[in-house]
Order: sequence, then C-alpha cells, then structure tokens
Amino acid sequence: MSLLLKIGWRNIVRNRRRSMMTISAVAAGALAMLLFAGYTTYIFLGMETGYVQRSGHLRVFRSGYFLYGTGNPAAYGIDDYQSVMRLIGEDPVLKPMIRVLTPTQSLMGIAANYSGDDAASKTFIGEGLVPSDRDRMRRWDPYHTGNVFAPDRRLSDADESRGLIGSGLARILNLCVPLALANCPTAPVRSSQTDRPTVNTDLLELAARDVDTRRSVHQAPQIDLLAATVGGAPNVVSMTVGGAQPFGAKELDDAVVIMHLALAQQLVYGRSEHKVTAIVMQLDRSQGMGRARSRLAALFKEHHLDLEVRDFGELTPFYGQVIQLFSGIFLFIALVMGVIVLFAVVNTMTMNVMERTNEIGTIRAMGVRRGRVRAQFVVEGALIGAIGATCGTVLAVVSGAIINHAGLTWIPPGNNEPIALYLYVLGRPGLLVGTWVGLVLVAVVAAFMPANRAARLPVVDALRHV
Amino acid sequence: MPQSETTPPVVRLTDVSKSYVAGSIEVRALKRITLSIPADRFSMVIGASGSGKTTLLNLLGCIDAPSSGAVEVCGQTIAALDDDAVADFRARNIGFIFQNYSLIPVLSAYENVEYPLLLVGMPAAERRRCTQAMLEAVGLAAQADQRPNELSGGQKQRVAIARSLVKGPQLVLADEPTANLDTATGKAIIELMRRVQAESHTTFIFATHDPQLISHADEIFAIRDGELIEHRTMRAT
Repeated sequence: MSLLLKIGWRNIVRNRRRSMMTISAVAAGALAMLLFAGYTTYIFLGMETGYVQRSGHLRVFRSGYFLYGTGNPAAYGIDDYQSVMRLIGEDPVLKPMIRVLTPTQSLMGIAANYSGDDAASKTFIGEGLVPSDRDRMRRWDPYHTGNVFAPDRRLSDADESRGLIGSGLARILNLCVPLALANCPTAPVRSSQTDRPTVNTDLLELAARDVDTRRSVHQAPQIDLLAATVGGAPNVVSMTVGGAQPFGAKELDDAVVIMHLALAQQLVYGRSEHKVTAIVMQLDRSQGMGRARSRLAALFKEHHLDLEVRDFGELTPFYGQVIQLFSGIFLFIALVMGVIVLFAVVNTMTMNVMERTNEIGTIRAMGVRRGRVRAQFVVEGALIGAIGATCGTVLAVVSGAIINHAGLTWIPPGNNEPIALYLYVLGRPGLLVGTWVGLVLVAVVAAFMPANRAARLPVVDALRHV
Repeated sequence: MPQSETTPPVVRLTDVSKSYVAGSIEVRALKRITLSIPADRFSMVIGASGSGKTTLLNLLGCIDAPSSGAVEVCGQTIAALDDDAVADFRARNIGFIFQNYSLIPVLSAYENVEYPLLLVGMPAAERRRCTQAMLEAVGLAAQADQRPNELSGGQKQRVAIARSLVKGPQLVLADEPTANLDTATGKAIIELMRRVQAESHTTFIFATHDPQLISHADEIFAIRDGELIEHRTMRAT
C-alpha cells in the first residue's frame, strides 16, 4: 500500500498543474456543499428555535382539537388543566426534561376600537398566555443562534388587561397614532357611512357599554374584544394595547391579538370553569421530544385522560416544507458538484493512463497483476479526491468563520427583525465527514473507469505505446 | 535445427505460431517455430526489423500468448496459468530490459531496482541489502537517490539491468538494449551484462541486430519473416 501511495503522490506532484486543476474542482465542490449545508443548517436551526420559542416543543390538546378544534377552540378546552399540568410537571421522567410548562387559550372574535371619531372593528385570532412563561420560552437558544428576546415589558403577569396586537390590526383599528407606530399609514377619511363594513350593532353596543368609564384611567389605547362564550352567549372585554408588532404574514398581522391568559379565559369562559386550549411544553433539548411524547401518551393512557399530543412540526407544516425544500436544493447542488468532480477526475485519470501506458506495460511485464495496476490509479484518484476534499473542507471552515465574524445580518422570510447570519459549518462534524467521504468516494468511482482500462491493457500493446 | 546438448533448456517452444490482425489483414508474425534455448547462456535472437524478433521475445517473456503451439519457460507450461499466475510467474522468474529503459519516472534509481523485490514480497532488510548490492554491481551506488530524468542513457540502462537482475531471475530478456546508446556506452553495457551473467548464471536472451552485441553471443537464433532459419552455437559451455 505504501508503494501505491508513494507512486500515486509523486505522480500527482509530477503533473502538478493538471492535479491542481482537479483538486481545485473537488475543493470547490466541497466548499460549495459545506457552505450551503452550513446555511441550510442555520435556516433549520433558526426556524426550529423560532418555532420552539413561540410554540414550545409539544402541545397537549383535548382529543380532536388538532383536526376540528381550531374552528371552535372554546369547545375543546382541557378540563381541570391545573391537575394535568401538575401530573406532567411532577412526572419523574418528564420533569428533568421540561424547561417551561404553560397553559394557553386560543380564541377568535371581533376586535373593535371606539376611541376616535371613526370607530373600526376587525375579526381577530387571539391567544391567551402567561407573559412570564412567554418570556422564558423566548430565551430558549440551545443552538446559540443569538436570536433571543429580552423580557417583553408590553405584557405583564400582574396586569391581566394588557395585550399585544399585530401592526396590521393596529392600522385597521386606527391605532397608528396612539401607538406611535412607524410606517403605519392612517386610514383615509371615508366619504359616506355606506362605505363602512357592516358590524353587528348589538355586539358594538354591548362592547361600548363600559368603554367610557375605563378609558379615562388608562394612558395606552384600549380596544374591545368580543367573542362568543363557551355557552354561546356574546361576551366582551377591554384590552389595553401595550404595543403592536408585525407578525410576518399579512393574514396574521391583520388579525393577531396576544393577551393575558386570564383575560382570554374571562372572554371565552365568562363565569363558568376556566379551561385552556393547550398545555405547552418547552423542553431543554429538541432531542428529547420523542421520548417526552411517548411518556405523555403513556401518562394520559394510565390516567384515562382524553388528551392528545402534537409536536411543533405537526403544528407548523411550513417547517417541514422548508426542510424538504432546502434538502432538495442541497441534494441538487451535491449532485451537480458530484458530477463536476466525477468528470474532472475521470478526465485527469484518463490523461494519466494515456501518458503512462508504457509504464503500465513495463510494470505488468515485471509481474504486477492487473488488480494492482487498477489499485494504483484508484489510489491516485482517491488521493486527488482526499486532497481536494480536505482543502475544500478547510476553506469552508475558514470561510464560515469569516462570515460568522463579519456581523452580517438578514431578515428571513416571515421575520420582522434582522438577525445575525451564521453558517453552521464547524458545528456539524457529521456533515464535514460525510461531505469529505462522499467526494473521495466520487473520486474513487471516477478513477475506477480509467484504472480498469489501464489494468486491461494487453502488456505488449502497452509496451508498444509511444 | 541443431540444439545445444550441453545445458538443459530454459525455454522450449513447440510449433509456435503467432498471428495478429492489422486492419483487415492477418499478419503471421511467427510461423511454426520450434526451438529450445539452453540455460546459463548469452543467447541472441537476430534478424531484420519486422522479422519477428520482438514477437518471439514477448512469447518467451510470457507477456503475449501464441496463436498456436506450446511455450514452456523454466519448466512451466504457460498456457496452463491464468493471468494473475502468469504475472506472478514473471515476477519470480523473468527480468526485462527494454530498449527505451522503461524506468518508473517518479521512483529513484534505488526504488526502481527495489520494485521487483516488493512484488515478490521480500523482507525489508533483505530487500535493502539486495538492492544496494545490485546498484554497486552496476556501478550506480552513488546515483541511488537520483530519478531517471537525472541519469544519462547509459546510467538508465544500468538501472534497468540492475532492476531485471535484482530478484535473481532464471531468465532475462532484453529487447535491443544497446539501440539507444552510443558505441562506448553500449560496449560498457554489454560488458556489464556479460560479467553479471557470468556471476549470476542467469540466462540472457537478446533481440538485437547490434553487431557489437552479437559478437558476444553464445547462441544465435536467426529469424526471417517469422521463421527460424538458423540456430548456431558460437561458444561451447
């Protein structure tokens, strides 16, 4: 083997210009694949971090909610959710895995603003949550993406009446000026009342009943939230708008209301038993998700609880779709790079075989078997692949480090704020090794064809070759 | 044809013919040749260019197969061996010296000479001793680390001779070994081979039309148009 390596290495050095070109092609392949893989990893981990910060890893629902409950969240409330949370939180298997365990209530209704001369209303999609738990969830960052949030002062455990709304909803409800929102155009004055959207006047009157009395004591603007209770009766609460923020997709931005869990429960359940739509579980590590899910299922079965568990991948199919999309692009790039490397090595090794035909004849005459001739050229191909893949890997690691320290930022689709661009090249040893091995294998396969041709040359023909 | 009866044959060809197709024409390079070449001799295959000397040498060296007839080298019927076995047989028993030296360009003189010993799996210490001794025997101990492109034509041929002899083969085949050398160098190379042959008792078979080399022949086999026309013993053993 050492003789094969010695001859292989010296031939690579001997034809250094040709070898350099081929090694460069392999290195470029490795560089492109690793940088793109580093970028896709960044996208995947960034998305995972974002989803887990917002939605947790697992959500416990009443059975059937996932398929049918979003149309009527109130009808799928979890009974005695505090007991369920205690059961989960005190379980010896789950306890060490859980970072945050918090209840949440989904709801829908109409949000209205009567503070100005021109009242406005809009259907909303709301979520009631525990503000301090939300703050803790938003600090989850095991992948060190740097995409963590400071505690949100706009929501408070102590003030149950405060909430957040989407900036689109703020615009529609004429709250741009009171909330001092930038890039938020004020609605044009309408020429006649007939242009107004039709709003259920009974509900508006119900909502307007106690508005005047509260308005004077709050600095921040208030809106009224109207919804049907679990019993079907209309209910209304006032919410102090602590702030507005974009929510990426316009459909969400124009509809989202985030509020205190107690306010949401008051709106949905009124004086009846306060339930929740879901119990959110955020784990320390995503890797524990499968185990936690199995344990939850066993726990619910054991205690005869009619509950189901869904993970964030099921709740946000977009995540899986993005992974599929980027994986497909990566596969395509890997395929293209593989083909380029294949042809570059085939070309180089074919030229090597042609140039060394006489040498092949000589060593065959001296008693070298066909297999050893084949091995000689395959080893040379593998060496070229290994050198190129190593150079490409080193280049990718260095380039990744430079990019990561350059302070580049970007705004991903669906995000509101620019975030730091980071390439996960060094952090994925499996990917580095896989790319290296893959490219060397491609080089070996590419070298095999010319090597086989060299091995099958008749000795006398090879010796006659000039 | 008269055959030497003083030494046992190292090569025996029985009714050997070799044809090949060039374009659409079948060329009969060798025609029903039967001969025995005695061991421990300096034998020459002579003839004009295209007479079939090299084809005959290729058959003797087991790097080509006859179209018909039997080839026996060092007591082994070659047709009975598969490709790998023939390669192993060559590695153990046959050395080659080529007109154009055919050294491996990326190996030093030492490594070129050592190469055949690696093929027969000789232990490293013995390999080192044999290689150094052979380089000294051909007068190239000082050039051991030089690559072929740093050697003169004569030095390259000395390395080739050392490479062919280092494993102690029964048979060395040399195709026009002096053709690319000037007269003085050619003479030195012939004397070197003569001396080494005398010391090692290896059978040398040359394909040549170099009169200087032919003058050293013990046995001469003359070929014309693929036929053996004469075998003459020049020196008795």
